[in-house]
Amino acid sequence: MKSGGSISIWFFIGISLLVNGLLIFGSGIYELFHIPKNPVVLFNLHASIWWGAILALLGAGYCIYFTPGKGRG
Amino acid sequence: MTLAFAFLNTQRLVHLSTVDLVIIVFYFVLVLAIGFYLKERANTGEDFFMAGREMTAWIAGLSFLSANLGSLELMGWAGASYQYGILATHWYWIGAIPAMLFLALVMMPFYYISKTHSVPGYLKLRFGESSRALSSVCFAFMTVLMSGINMYSMALVLKIILGWNINVSIWVSSLTVAIYVTLGGLRSAIFNEVLQFILIWAGALLIPILGLIEAGGWSGLKARIAVNASAEYTHMWSTMGHFKDNPMGIHWTGIVFGLAAVISTGYWTTDFLVVQRVLAAKDLRAAKMAPIIGAAFKMFVPFIVILPGLLGLALLPMKLMPEAQAVATGGHSYNEVLPLMLARYCGPGLLGLGITALIAGFMSGMAGNVSAFTTVWTYDIYRALIKKDSSDRHYVNMGRWSTLGGVIISIGTAYLVIHFKSIMDYVQALFSFFIAPLFATVILGMLWKRASPAGGFWGLLAGTGSSVGMWAWVKMDPTALRYVALSPYARDMAENMYRALWSCLICAFVTVAVSLVTTPKPEAELKGLVYGATDIPSETYVSMFHRPWFWAVVVGTIFVVLNIIFW
Repeated sequence: MKSGGSISIWFFIGISLLVNGLLIFGSGIYELFHIPKNPVVLFNLHASIWWGAILALLGAGYCIYFTPGKGRG
Repeated sequence: MTLAFAFLNTQRLVHLSTVDLVIIVFYFVLVLAIGFYLKERANTGEDFFMAGREMTAWIAGLSFLSANLGSLELMGWAGASYQYGILATHWYWIGAIPAMLFLALVMMPFYYISKTHSVPGYLKLRFGESSRALSSVCFAFMTVLMSGINMYSMALVLKIILGWNINVSIWVSSLTVAIYVTLGGLRSAIFNEVLQFILIWAGALLIPILGLIEAGGWSGLKARIAVNASAEYTHMWSTMGHFKDNPMGIHWTGIVFGLAAVISTGYWTTDFLVVQRVLAAKDLRAAKMAPIIGAAFKMFVPFIVILPGLLGLALLPMKLMPEAQAVATGGHSYNEVLPLMLARYCGPGLLGLGITALIAGFMSGMAGNVSAFTTVWTYDIYRALIKKDSSDRHYVNMGRWSTLGGVIISIGTAYLVIHFKSIMDYVQALFSFFIAPLFATVILGMLWKRASPAGGFWGLLAGTGSSVGMWAWVKMDPTALRYVALSPYARDMAENMYRALWSCLICAFVTVAVSLVTTPKPEAELKGLVYGATDIPSETYVSMFHRPWFWAVVVGTIFVVLNIIFW
């Protein structure tokens, strides 16, 4: 759905997922090399890395597909 | 609402890192940016109050669900599932799905074709000004109070989970909502609700995934729960033959006839907070598809709400307890299970996203209340009763001012609740008084041409009055529970179910009786409002895969299968 001219709500969602995903992914990578003193349960699965990557990829996909001016949404 | 008490006198649960704070701040920046961006598209009344009636089925459907998906509900029902087991899922499945499908297929055509802007607006068209006045004043009053209570609860939760100052939480979150709703109206509220819906899933979905890995899958989870509690905690229907056989103290008739047939149907089909989102759909087919899409997603909400509660029961090293006991001993209450599970699995970044999901849930609920209040105040109270003939621009300005007014009253309510916490229980009860009878009034109005204006008004008044009367009776004399809820073993939830059922039946009875002795509206005036007097557009021109009926059958089938699997 479009509004306010040409930006789709899905583009905003894409930005949100992309930024959050990158921050979480980066945080997971940092923890890979700086293991915390009190790691969370199942730390060995490194959820931050793969969940952050999934969110970032999903967000990037939305951002590209719903880029303003492409006429989608 | 007792969740709020749960967090009193407990310690901060989690500590945020810098990256968590960046994620939370980014969320606030983004929702404000959306509000500013949409300001230019909120100049007319249709834009500001109805989002231009141009929402797709997906946007309207996700917003419809998101307005209901408040954090208080998420945390409260996660706690309920820890306490009562999988029985809590009834509030997401039979307590929602049939009602949503009923709204889509049966009621939406009349709401949409009548071009009403609100549920009280429909009552005006169908029954006249007195019914609208009664319902709109009750709705506006309750909505703004509920918004304040949600605001207070959010601030309290943030204080306990994160140690944040309660005043800062109230003012920052409420002013953010005020800014984006005032600027962009309903469109801005809907946009942000969809964003919040996605964030809630992104932030909460990891808990059941990691929890199931740790528990050894569903079978491992069931085995642990059988040891820690009872095997019956993972069955939905098999323990409901008697009030004493399940921890909720409820009989299956209360769930089916009280929850599913009355409370849930009343809420999902007549509470303007959720119906407003569907009224903003771009056409009738989108308006019918929106609740079906909402129902499809609603079926899977237990995955991020009920399952974490069950996982907490199976995996947490400490025993959670009732609120009063937690306050007395300094332990953790049932309602803390969701943040405890969040802290268990989520490190820096993920924790920030999880907390953002909780804040987003609170804000979507608050924005839903405020935008619904604004529409009902401006169209059904101000324009109908105070200033009838003014320009569209004037009403848009009134909408903006009433948004700010609604937020300020909500903040006032939040501070009132800080000093008088019992208000929360009373306001919740007051809200429940109105929904069940309203459903009887609306459904009779839609399906029965003979229902007269006098019948509609007196039925609504009698239903609401009887609900208040039953509640007061049990408050003054607890033994009255055996009459209201049909059993002395019934508990609060069972009482609510049966009170709703009786008040709905009383409303229907009075509406029918009064209608039969008073003059109905001429059929010509019922066009577009009542079954049998309305031409509902045919859908034969679209393929089967685009027909609401087809998808309603798909969703209904999955709903039945899920109930059988978890019987």
